[in-house]
Amino acid sequence: MTSYLIKGARPCGGEPADILLTDGRIAAIGESLSATGAEVVEAAGLIALPGLVDLHTHLREPGREDAETVETGSRAAALGGFTAVHAMANTDPVADTAGVVEQVWRLGQEAGLVDVVPVGAVTVGLAGERLAELGAMADSAARVRVFSDDGHCVADPALMRRALEYVKAFDGVVAQHAEEPRLTVGAQMHEGDRSARLGLTGWPAAAEEAIIARDVLLAEHVGARLHVCHVSTAGSVEILRWAKSRGVQVTAEVTPHHLLLTDACAESYDPVFKVNPPLRTDADVEALRAGLADGTIDAVGTDHAPHAVEDKESEWAQARPGMLGLEQALAVVIETMVEPGRLDWAGVADRMSVRPAAIGRLDGLGDRSQGRPIAPGEPANLVLVDPAARATVDPAALASRSRNSPYAGRELPGRVVATFLRGTATVLDGKATR
Amino acid sequence: MKRHLLEAADLDRADATLVLDTAAQIDQALAGREVKKLPTLRGRTVVNLFYEDSTRTRISFELAAKRLSADVINFSAKGSSVSKGESLKDTALTLEAMGADAVVVRHSSSGAPHRLANWVRGSVVNAGDGTHEHPTQALLDAYTIRQRLGRLEGVRVAIVGDVLHSRVARSNVGLLHTLGADVTLVAPPTLLPVGVGSWPAEVSYDLDAVLPKVDVVMMLRVQAERMNASFFPSAREYSRRYGLDARRMGVLPDDAIVMHPGPMNRGMEIAAEVADSARSTIVEQVANGVSTRMAVLYLLLGGAPA
Repeated sequence: MTSYLIKGARPCGGEPADILLTDGRIAAIGESLSATGAEVVEAAGLIALPGLVDLHTHLREPGREDAETVETGSRAAALGGFTAVHAMANTDPVADTAGVVEQVWRLGQEAGLVDVVPVGAVTVGLAGERLAELGAMADSAARVRVFSDDGHCVADPALMRRALEYVKAFDGVVAQHAEEPRLTVGAQMHEGDRSARLGLTGWPAAAEEAIIARDVLLAEHVGARLHVCHVSTAGSVEILRWAKSRGVQVTAEVTPHHLLLTDACAESYDPVFKVNPPLRTDADVEALRAGLADGTIDAVGTDHAPHAVEDKESEWAQARPGMLGLEQALAVVIETMVEPGRLDWAGVADRMSVRPAAIGRLDGLGDRSQGRPIAPGEPANLVLVDPAARATVDPAALASRSRNSPYAGRELPGRVVATFLRGTATVLDGKATR
Repeated sequence: MKRHLLEAADLDRADATLVLDTAAQIDQALAGREVKKLPTLRGRTVVNLFYEDSTRTRISFELAAKRLSADVINFSAKGSSVSKGESLKDTALTLEAMGADAVVVRHSSSGAPHRLANWVRGSVVNAGDGTHEHPTQALLDAYTIRQRLGRLEGVRVAIVGDVLHSRVARSNVGLLHTLGADVTLVAPPTLLPVGVGSWPAEVSYDLDAVLPKVDVVMMLRVQAERMNASFFPSAREYSRRYGLDARRMGVLPDDAIVMHPGPMNRGMEIAAEVADSARSTIVEQVANGVSTRMAVLYLLLGGAPA
């Protein structure tokens, strides 16, 4: 196995140091290290972060391999600086059995570019009616700890309560897609001034906030962990802040697109901007950035949602919701959080690696741990970022099989130069190694 | 004029006035003529692309194009490749390949004409998209008001009914504001969009308070199925609170007019004796629709061939 000697990178933005990766681990960190036979990576000016961990990725396999596969999504993830991604359960067939989650897990192992961690469905077929065999998925080779009906809300309060309670037995967590379905029938975009003018059915902020409020109370009542997917409104941030102040075991994620884009994008009627939950207002974007900065929001989750061209090149209402995220997530966080001074590099490492890994219980797996500090003896999961580089996003150049990037034509900062998964380079010189 | 007419905001005051003046000239030119046809658009092709059934709007556009001597193709979503799943884009490329100079589109999805405008070189005219806009309806309404009252500046217009789902209301609020009229929206709160406060219009929940102070009352069609979604308790209650009956018509100022874009629900939002009264402009609106749409097609296509 190749050893790598990374010269002069700044771990989490600290003082420049050399980092030696040997046998899948960080062997040493220090000044002017040398190692015979190690491949040298010149990293002066680059930031070293622990490999990024995504709690929310749609890899589309099995079922929609025309939009993404585990392999193409893994490559996109590695190029985005990720070393682990949680693959959402809304595939076809749904990942609601040990068989399907093991299939996805195995495909991830074969691709070998990131750790693909399957998410199990909470309910059979995402139908919201009865619990899937959560324990079987937890006990499977895929070792599922995060359960979600994402794309659908576990709307039935009694069923949600039972799910929250049941997964305590194996230290699982329910990741809720917070959307009261009766308030979002036919909804197309954020409900407000713009939806009124555009004649697109509104998705009220209250439909998200009502479910989050309900679920934090349930989590408190039964003493369970709750994770909230893709928080999108200022009101949600306030409820989470309140719940955390009460000691509720709740965590939350925000997507890159909700940190950057607003419902103004809908004025083009271009469905590349259609997403669920929808893009919100400037005030919501500001509250989300503040929430991520102060830790009320624990993590950035990409909600990477590839869609085939024909599912997006249509009328707004006919298009599927969702947008790509893996390859630009870090760039958007740099643009919205780092450059304005709201998050330092240690903060980026915390929100994009340490905390998401802890939420998914990936931080205590020995050699296979994710989200660990950059320290000798830890697994060599690293990303090297050039914070000074800027590039214009070209969807045709993305590794994802799909092209539905909301950032097309937009210049964003930061370039992932290299990614290492347990000491193996998955990305070098900004290119995937396989 | 812009190349497309997708929404009322595409028309500034000068453009909107030009359309109305052109419609008036067309009416004058054709008045009393046995052959109601102008040669202006000879050799040009206008496609009526209708994804929703709307016989009255389609016929109005068809007649407008024919009176300008254009070749007219009616492309109905039913009974065409569209019903077999052809996408809007593929249909657009087909029309483009056939050399359509203008595409008049009616679609149940808000924004469909905007999408179409990305894919065709010809002019796109929005003939009603979802719950978004119906700009030629607003033009014919403005034309009708000007014809009856002699002006638009300062005219007080009440638009009454299902504003939430109404493309007619959205286009009229925009265009009438552009032309200097004062608009008041009257509806139960459930049938007003969240965000209506950002529109250039007053809002009232009380029809009786508004009626004595308006020059124009424009009634919107209210679909009875809305009551199943609890927008209002019953058709009878809606009619009692927001319907225009003879008693309410009586409190209108003397020369105020009553408009309706059609098709009407007689007995629901408008009583028969109101619809058939001398104040009613409903039949004129239909006639004015043809000349206004002629003006739009003429102004969009009348220049050099595209």
